[in-house]
Amino acid sequence: MGAAAEGRGGTAPVEVDRPSGEDVAGPARKWLVVVWNDPVNLMSYVVYVFQKLFGYSRERATRLMLEVHHRGRAVVASGTREKAEFDVARLHAHGLWATLEPG
Amino acid sequence: MAARLQRRIRRTRRGDYRLRLPAHERALLRSLPGQLRAVLGTDDPALERLFPCAYPGDPAREAEFRDLVRGDLLDRRLSAIEVMERTLDADRLDEDELQAWVATINDLRLVLGTRLGVTEDLDLEAVPDDDPRAPAFALYAYLTWLEEQAVEELAAGLPPSPAGDQRGPGGGPGPPPA
Repeated sequence: MGAAAEGRGGTAPVEVDRPSGEDVAGPARKWLVVVWNDPVNLMSYVVYVFQKLFGYSRERATRLMLEVHHRGRAVVASGTREKAEFDVARLHAHGLWATLEPG
Repeated sequence: MAARLQRRIRRTRRGDYRLRLPAHERALLRSLPGQLRAVLGTDDPALERLFPCAYPGDPAREAEFRDLVRGDLLDRRLSAIEVMERTLDADRLDEDELQAWVATINDLRLVLGTRLGVTEDLDLEAVPDDDPRAPAFALYAYLTWLEEQAVEELAAGLPPSPAGDQRGPGGGPGPPPA
């Protein structure tokens, strides 16, 4: 991990939220659920969690796990901000390192 | 070494899980959920891994997210700890109970792994016996071995090819190359 973790940290992401009291992109604005590589979670566990939480097939869950493992991160789900936050919370409950970013 | 030992967890035909844990392993496991509970009540830096930042670089949204979910995440962890404590002497676990064991064991590994500075190329054989951290590494290795088995058996209980598979990263071809 680490190497692929570009764009994180740093300072003030000047994201001007709702400049005129309204979400510019409207309710359809998409948020991405990103899972980051970490040295503790087992590969088999990560696959299992993706299957269990998102209903993915073993093949798809394995592909995503390998993407996390080799690239350092993968987008594992997306949706409204509310849904993406719900997914991130569930991933955190399972000990995975997950973040949200605008799609 | 542990990998050559007999399996401890097996899924049965009834769909529950048989636990064959020697007494000394149960004795070892018995103290762990309580230790995790104690850590949860502190501001140990290892807890960063159990409650990670959801909006890195966006403190306002992060604070909002924490307010919303932190209590629930803590409650889920505490109830998994309770289930493991309550079923420590069981010979069989149902799926929810085994999931609670896995959740607690994984949390323990996250805390231990963070404290030990575990990396992906951790070589446990390379830790000398007289290293003061050797017992903690051995515990980490044991928990890893046990969790691996539990996950394998739980995965065997998942439906083969779920219909929900079309959901997911929003139809796009996937994230841009890193």
